[in-house]
Amino acid sequence: MSMLQIEKLNVWFGRDRDRVDAVIDATFDVAEGQSFGLVGESGSGKSTILRAIVGLAPTWSGHIAVAGAPIGKRRPKSFYKQVQMVFQDPYASLHPRHSVDAVLGETLQLHGFTDIDARVVKLLDDVGLGQKFRFRYPHQLSGGQRQRVAIARALAPEPELLLLDEPTSALDVSVQAEILNLLADLRQEHNLTYLMVSHDLSVVGHMCDRLAVMKDGKVVETMDVAALRAMKAEHPYSQHLLQASV
Amino acid sequence: MMQTLLDVENLWVKFPTRQGVFDAVRGVSFTLGKERLGIVGESGSGKSMTGRAILRLIRPPGIVEADHVKLDGVDLLRKSEKDMRAVRGQRISMVMQDPKFSLNPVMTIGAQIIEAYRLHNSASKTDAHTKAVEMLEAVSIRNPERVMRAYPHEMSGGMGQRIMIAMMLIPNPEILIADEPTSALDVSVQRQVLDIMDKLVKERGMGLIFISHDLNLVADFCDRVLIMYAGRIVEVCDADKLHEAKHPYTQGLLNSLPRLDAPRDRLEVLKRDPEWSKAQSVSGRV
Amino acid sequence: MAEQTLRAWLLTDTPSSRRHAKLSALYQGWLSFRSNTMAMVGLGILIALMLIAAAAPLLSPHDPFVQDLGNRLAPLGTEGHILGTDSLGRDILSRLIYGARITLYIVALVALIAPVVGLLVGTVSGYVGGWVDIVLMRITDIFLAFPRLVLALAFVAALGAGIENAVIAISLTAWPPYARIARAETLTIRSSDYISAIQLQGAGGFRIITKHIWPLCISSLIVRVTLDMAGIILAAAGLGFLGLGAQPPSPEWGAMISEGRRFILDHWWVATMPGLAIFTVSLAFNLLGDGLRDVLDPKAGE
Repeated sequence: MSMLQIEKLNVWFGRDRDRVDAVIDATFDVAEGQSFGLVGESGSGKSTILRAIVGLAPTWSGHIAVAGAPIGKRRPKSFYKQVQMVFQDPYASLHPRHSVDAVLGETLQLHGFTDIDARVVKLLDDVGLGQKFRFRYPHQLSGGQRQRVAIARALAPEPELLLLDEPTSALDVSVQAEILNLLADLRQEHNLTYLMVSHDLSVVGHMCDRLAVMKDGKVVETMDVAALRAMKAEHPYSQHLLQASV
Repeated sequence: MMQTLLDVENLWVKFPTRQGVFDAVRGVSFTLGKERLGIVGESGSGKSMTGRAILRLIRPPGIVEADHVKLDGVDLLRKSEKDMRAVRGQRISMVMQDPKFSLNPVMTIGAQIIEAYRLHNSASKTDAHTKAVEMLEAVSIRNPERVMRAYPHEMSGGMGQRIMIAMMLIPNPEILIADEPTSALDVSVQRQVLDIMDKLVKERGMGLIFISHDLNLVADFCDRVLIMYAGRIVEVCDADKLHEAKHPYTQGLLNSLPRLDAPRDRLEVLKRDPEWSKAQSVSGRV
Repeated sequence: MAEQTLRAWLLTDTPSSRRHAKLSALYQGWLSFRSNTMAMVGLGILIALMLIAAAAPLLSPHDPFVQDLGNRLAPLGTEGHILGTDSLGRDILSRLIYGARITLYIVALVALIAPVVGLLVGTVSGYVGGWVDIVLMRITDIFLAFPRLVLALAFVAALGAGIENAVIAISLTAWPPYARIARAETLTIRSSDYISAIQLQGAGGFRIITKHIWPLCISSLIVRVTLDMAGIILAAAGLGFLGLGAQPPSPEWGAMISEGRRFILDHWWVATMPGLAIFTVSLAFNLLGDGLRDVLDPKAGE
């Protein structure tokens, strides 16, 4: 069964003369339990697809379906129990005046959980942050620790599909390894489906099963990771990208 | 024996804080000849501070201390601020990470290059203009006349960075310090910018200090590499032998990278040894 | 020893409870505030002013309203009247001490009304956007288009003279700049990732504005209010001076200057003493505001 289905998705900003088409006729399919990568250079529209799925890019047309249920213009609250997102920059995605406890507690409360204390403890354990981090503020955390908090927040509503927007590009390589390992573990434990955006082919090669290459808002090629590792890209742009990143 | 352009001995950068003095750079020594010297490390390792300290660009309350920072035998730390201004740009140039913050948004690119040129050379406006166009051509900008009239926001990241390099190279400096010059750029553009920098550095016989967090890039691009950790140099090696590095930190960094050609289930996680930050800084002198 | 451990407990990087984390954050702010000498001077003056106002009946040597026409316009240093007496023979020092109460009353009321209105209008305008933004901002513009004192004068004239009406008039003229600041901050905050993240948890506009945007706007508003306080005191004094604020015989500082004006050439102290009081308190607020900006607004500090 496919967890996420995207057909002829168009996303644009502005209107009339100022209209910019960020995504043009994107079509791909992510099976349940799969990890799917979206690769491309900056401005190729890969992050915009994620934002359109969760409703942060309001002007779009086409067909998006999560677990078979098509998405309308307004997303019900239940949608956010199913789909969550981790942002690129952990320095910008946590409220500077809210402690870890407040961030996770509020999220859990919004999703109608009542055993908030127990769940906050569990979430912190899940992402490998001990209890001593519970009452810290973002400025008392390193980049990797912040990203772990952001991941915990995304996991709080127990989603099935996790959208990852360059989750490690703002981090050091050694920290990147920790976060990628954590994401791989979480995917197994919680049976998650990933849609991961990255400009780094080796990261996508490590994390994903399938991937789509994007250029100027269009999906130019969809392929298996095996093909990627064997350097067997068909589209000239994907080949170019592969060569540049080895 | 290669001619030594820059000689840094026992460089410290200190920041007084409420909890006591924080040492960002701790006793770093190295020399630079007409070569491409890479400085790698993670954020907070002091690599950028080292580059800035050489030009004395550390803002107060930060303090720079060293036995000496000699450029052609003259100690930069003993120079007055006024003399230092003549060194910056004229003899040592610096390219920063993000061109968007380094270019003046309300001046055309041409005006900025011409101004940079005339600041260091007494040349007529037309001469400066010709020189500016030449420089833009040298950094492989296809339509230099049009770019001269453009404003920074009209440029893509790669173009902006090439323009910065052009500006920095105009006074014909002896040393170029490039602080993460390509990390804000896409992979394919990265290569182009590096190639241009490489060509210019070679042609002009400059010394290049290339500061980066990207080990593979540095291994590829530089001649010699200093690996920094917690404000110290933990290892010095030839760039082509980086993959045979001995220090556990360098090895750990290399192993934590995901690789397309060698897939693994789990990435290796760097285990930090507190001993690393206590050990004496390795000298990068030749 | 106990002090040492309390300090360590407050400066910890690993707070153990919600309360601990809050106290620790407050203490860190206090430490960086304390390192600013001028701000501490400002704070000291204001605390002194509050104590004086609270203990006015104990401190003042005379009843501020008792007239003694036989001893009018006594100079500085007169026996029993250190700061002299005014045109009706009332002790100026006592009047200044009681006037502190009025000044604090005005300041507190304006500080309660204007920034709150501004914050509300600005954040709603910035977050909701669209026509709400247009309507609210045009209203703000209309208020901004008039010179402050002139508008306040018009309001007082319409509402009638008196200290409460003066406060209302000043508040009505003071909120638009706060609304502007709050809106500008909201616009940058609104597009940040942490707001997107909470939207993805299904949070509504009300929660986002009150719980996520307000805490970030309030600090810069507090700074602005403290810096504006001097202007507010002066505006209140100005209204008093023009006879539209506090009414005689109330010992409001502006009204005292107004009364003393007639004798300014021969009996300069009658107008100068309340003037100095206004000057000191305004300065104190300005110093405090500068210090608070360093603590609350890290952007400006770097």
